[in-house]
Amino acid sequence: MSLTRVNAISPFKKKGDIAPPRKKLKVPRLFIFLCLSPWLFGIIFFTAYPMVSSFYQSFTKFNLIESPKWVGLDNFHRMFFEDDDFWKALKNTIWISAISIPLRICFAIFTAWILTKPKMGKSIYRTIFFLPSMVPAVAGTMAFTYIFNPAYGPINKMLEAIGIKEPPFWFMDPAWSKWGLILLGLWGIGDTMIIFLAGLLDVPTSLYEAAELEGASGWQSFRYITLPLMTPVIFFSTVTGVIGSFQYFTQAYVASGQVNDYSHSMYFYATHIYYSAFKAYEMGYASALAWVLLVITLLCTLVILKTQKRWVHYPNGSLFK
Amino acid sequence: MSLYTPEKLAEIDAHSRKARRAKKWNQFLHMVGNHSLLIGLSAIFILPLYLVVVISLMSKGQAETRSLWPHPFVWHNYLEVFTAVPFLKWTLNTLFVSVMGTIGTVVSSVPPAYVLSRLQWKGRQTTFLIILSTMMLPGQVTMIPVYIIFSRLHWIPSFLPLIVPSFFSSAFSIFLLRQFFTSIPDEISDAARIDGCSEFKLMMRIIVPLAKPAISAIALFAFLGSWNDFFGPLLYIVENENLWTLGIGLNAFQGIHHVDTNMMMTASALFMAPVIIIFFFSQKVFIEGVTLTGVKG
Repeated sequence: MSLTRVNAISPFKKKGDIAPPRKKLKVPRLFIFLCLSPWLFGIIFFTAYPMVSSFYQSFTKFNLIESPKWVGLDNFHRMFFEDDDFWKALKNTIWISAISIPLRICFAIFTAWILTKPKMGKSIYRTIFFLPSMVPAVAGTMAFTYIFNPAYGPINKMLEAIGIKEPPFWFMDPAWSKWGLILLGLWGIGDTMIIFLAGLLDVPTSLYEAAELEGASGWQSFRYITLPLMTPVIFFSTVTGVIGSFQYFTQAYVASGQVNDYSHSMYFYATHIYYSAFKAYEMGYASALAWVLLVITLLCTLVILKTQKRWVHYPNGSLFK
Repeated sequence: MSLYTPEKLAEIDAHSRKARRAKKWNQFLHMVGNHSLLIGLSAIFILPLYLVVVISLMSKGQAETRSLWPHPFVWHNYLEVFTAVPFLKWTLNTLFVSVMGTIGTVVSSVPPAYVLSRLQWKGRQTTFLIILSTMMLPGQVTMIPVYIIFSRLHWIPSFLPLIVPSFFSSAFSIFLLRQFFTSIPDEISDAARIDGCSEFKLMMRIIVPLAKPAISAIALFAFLGSWNDFFGPLLYIVENENLWTLGIGLNAFQGIHHVDTNMMMTASALFMAPVIIIFFFSQKVFIEGVTLTGVKG
């Protein structure tokens, strides 16, 4: 009786029907543990404990010297209702992300696409396009603030030479400083471009040939073949772009130091956390800011994930479906 | 009578030749168009680097006149920069931190990546998912408690907070290595195991040599990551001028001492140079690394 029941559940477990068990490899538990130990130590002391600790600190007042004092939701109340710098930083961050993320993606597609065209000199062009993304952020930013300087930088002289009467003051002008940073970001497009380039080279050429036979124009084959097949890469860059833009720090910090940005036009979210924690020594408040950052980033990522069904095409099924 | 009279045939031939010529002409135009676009873009990408080098060779007075060509060439700038700012010390500091960080990352990331890709065990998928999610975690969330840990250990200011964490694996490097290790056929491991090879030996003697491209990629990323890092040094070494790295030095020096702009450009050029030289020699490794994971550093 019991035998038949077992058989009813799993038809393969009949006597004599079992393939001879493969000689099982002994799992070397100690070896696995030892190999993972650096990572385990790291994740406990540099990730897990700090996360718990900063979550707790976000509800406290803490200045490094005295021990943390519980203040409930005060930090969050202060952030949303009393701290003008928080809103300034948030607005600046949203402004620059809203412009630079789409712009970067378009520029990356464009540069990658044009790189697939020539028969000769491909690798030389690729090297040149990629190079600026290797330049250390501090050096690149210093160079940009200097060459875009309206008084003695050569860029505005060039702009005047090609007929632009009154070129902007770039980093010196609060209305233009973010555009300076955006240009700096576009200059370092290389790493994003390489991902797009890899994606473009993966598109089967037979698709383009078929399109050409059907009489599709260059634009049509780009719009209806290239672009849909690029959507997973666009999706990926959007997500990493959003995560990255809330941590945007070095370029803005260096640039605002170089030009004395009194009006805080280059004051971003990560800058605000840095100043709260390491200039004002308000560790509790800075932790609260960091957790709000995490929540915002997660929400944005979730929203993008939710919309992906509508516009992201996975040729071989999705990883996230 | 034939439909194709000789005249007709000649006409068709001429027509098709014309079409072929037109097509060739069209292709030629396309090529010219593409190349001029590519050259134009290249010029834009190169321009800032060109300007940095050119200004670094100008005299102090000329550097502030918006000129595009040094007159005269002041090669001396490249010697003077070592006395105008403690450039050698900054370089050595940066080099030390970067080399130690690279060693730490490689040594501590290979073993976890190995067990995550070459061995079957319970909890493997979960561990991998945790590693992936820590890659996405914004550093700001953990930054403050980590700072407090280091300050309790009295490690601030010192190089230790910049070096020690790299000995506890980097999620990104584990991810990149795991992607590569997975692509090595299992039969290689099986054969070695049947011959009685221990797991440790198998990792070090067989898999690691096979994964040289991936290991050089993570070494390269780790080195460049430390070399270009600004935020870490800003938190941990800014208080002690003797420990300054190139990034901190370049950024802070102008505020403290007045340094001429041509000198700053000279220093920037020297700061960029190693990275650019490394890039020219390791381009392939680098680009493969980016495409393997879709992320830089």
